[in-house]
Amino acid sequence: MAKKLMKGNEAIAAAAISAGATHFFGYPITPQSELIEYMARELPKAGGCFLQAESEVAASYMVYGAGGAGARVITSTSSPGLALKQEGLTYMISAGIPCVVVNISRGGPGLGNILPAQSDYFMCTRGGGNGDYYHPCFAPASVQECVDLVRHAFDVADKYRMPVLVLGDGMTGQMMEPCEIPPRQEVKADKPWAADGNHVARGEHNRINAMDLQADVLEAKNEDIQRRLKEIAETEVMYETVDVEDADIVFVAYGTSSRAVKNVLSKAKAEGLKMGLIRPISLWPFPTEAFDKIKKDCKAVIAVEQSCGQMVEDVRLAVLGRWPVEFYGRSGGNPIIPDDVLKMAKDILGGK
Amino acid sequence: MAVVYKKSEALTDAPLTYCPGCTHGIIHKLVAETLVELGVFDRAIGVGPVGCSALCDFFFACDMFIAAHGRAPAVATGVKRAHPDKIVFTYQGDGDLASIGTAEVVHAAHRGEKITTIFVNNAIYGMTGGQMAPTTLVGQKATTAPEGRSEEHCGKPIRMAEMLATIEGAKFVERVTVNSPANVRKAKAAIKKAFECQIEGKGFAMVEVLSTCPTNWGYSPVEALRWLDENMVPYYPLGNYKNEL
Ligand SMILES: Cc1ncc(C[n+]2csc(CCOP(=O)(O)OP(=O)(O)O)c2C)c(N)n1
Ligand code: SF4
Ligand SMILES: [Mg+2]
Repeated sequence: MAKKLMKGNEAIAAAAISAGATHFFGYPITPQSELIEYMARELPKAGGCFLQAESEVAASYMVYGAGGAGARVITSTSSPGLALKQEGLTYMISAGIPCVVVNISRGGPGLGNILPAQSDYFMCTRGGGNGDYYHPCFAPASVQECVDLVRHAFDVADKYRMPVLVLGDGMTGQMMEPCEIPPRQEVKADKPWAADGNHVARGEHNRINAMDLQADVLEAKNEDIQRRLKEIAETEVMYETVDVEDADIVFVAYGTSSRAVKNVLSKAKAEGLKMGLIRPISLWPFPTEAFDKIKKDCKAVIAVEQSCGQMVEDVRLAVLGRWPVEFYGRSGGNPIIPDDVLKMAKDILGGK
Repeated sequence: MAVVYKKSEALTDAPLTYCPGCTHGIIHKLVAETLVELGVFDRAIGVGPVGCSALCDFFFACDMFIAAHGRAPAVATGVKRAHPDKIVFTYQGDGDLASIGTAEVVHAAHRGEKITTIFVNNAIYGMTGGQMAPTTLVGQKATTAPEGRSEEHCGKPIRMAEMLATIEGAKFVERVTVNSPANVRKAKAAIKKAFECQIEGKGFAMVEVLSTCPTNWGYSPVEALRWLDENMVPYYPLGNYKNEL
């Protein structure tokens, strides 16, 4: 298969089409515009349906409708848009509707700006709507990984009947790298629960809803959601580690900031310093197990994020007091400066 | 023995949860009978709201969704786009459609979405216990308008049928009521046309049905039918607002 030079946003869209997505609903917002535009142009050619919604709220309910009726469906947005989609996400969790939601995040809070930022970590990993839930969230760090994770996200969504997030940032969406898009697969997933209008043939009607008035019924639904989440936490963890076992300093960084940290690692190596990286690919479930590889006398675990400190909370939970946890972050769309990160690490090592 | 009347096969055996005298039940029956009479029950998909009819997924025997409050037209859009050959309807109250969900219904109409919307206007928030709706009449008491709705404070009630009829994509819009046998027959005829509009692929169709809420209005079922006639009908004139069939 030939490699193509593509922007992250376009690669995500192309990957969704190749993964067999038949429906896209979305609302324009920077910095994910190339994604929705690519979908508008290419999805109909593949026999699918692209529809621009009147708002992100409506888009997420179009997803609820199409996904609940059995379609392979995707929506994409950027931070303020995802805030609006949270209502739909919690309803889809309750109703058991699979879909893929892409967030090409930008600076916040509020309208913020359109620069790359990672300040949506909480919103994307904590279950941003009401109720007891999480949903899987995958964070690509390269254009090829955008492609691979989008396809994977559809399969995870179908398997566990829930929305799956793919979280990039302005950089992931805008950068160009070579990537391989696999040929389009036609997916004939078995969805006997779907409200697809075949009630007569089926002999009973399917009901897709997010309300259960009786305590025991709702509790049983919640237990089922938790059972699926537990299985995901046990089987769907993804991460990459670089030189962790021997490292005196271990960085934890995902997506765009992990690339800056890899730069730090090569500088450190050139100076004879032992530093490593844990790169969570699944942000939820968080790769807690990766931390067991860190040696006992490691000096510090440093969370590096383009935010004021969000993932660092999961890092502390994973570290559980075994090593000091430090934080380096930039916000407002400012980039991580590898030399500053290296200096911080060296200071911790005592100028060694 | 000849069967004079029987429950529509488009309704399940689940007991309705509506209060005695509430006209939601009559409207369910009309929708169900229409689906069967038009021969589309076997390919119908319904989308219910949040409101007193939030349990209508138990009552209609076809595949059903319940949307979040106000979002039924967006859900129905997703369903119809996934299955253009199915007959998709929404069933929504006035808080649902005329307040929190105005954007969704306006844009479903504006896109000419080939769905049928049954809009049950009872001038009140029934399910939550009688708060003011955008459709509550001036002077009408509600728990959040204890002195009656004041025009000065929150304007005059919104007329959705008139408003939606101005939208190009809406091809059939009619306002009816079900407070007498004659009106029930007219309501059924309108609902039938609203589904035919979809079957013929014309565009968006809505039937606004003036409905009673004896419980929250504080009237007996019979008084409620009369109150509707004397107060709602003058402000919400019955009749067809758009018919491009
Ligand atoms: C987002 C959201 N806001 C508020 C509510 C509470 N709520 C439930 S039903 C309802 C009003 C329903 O009134 P209407 O649509 O007129 O239906 P009716 O019960 O009168 O048939 C409200 C405000 C909710 N469920 N969801
Ligand atoms: S509260 Fe009103 S609208 Fe709701 S079921 Fe009772 S009478 Fe009908
Ligand atoms: Mg009402």
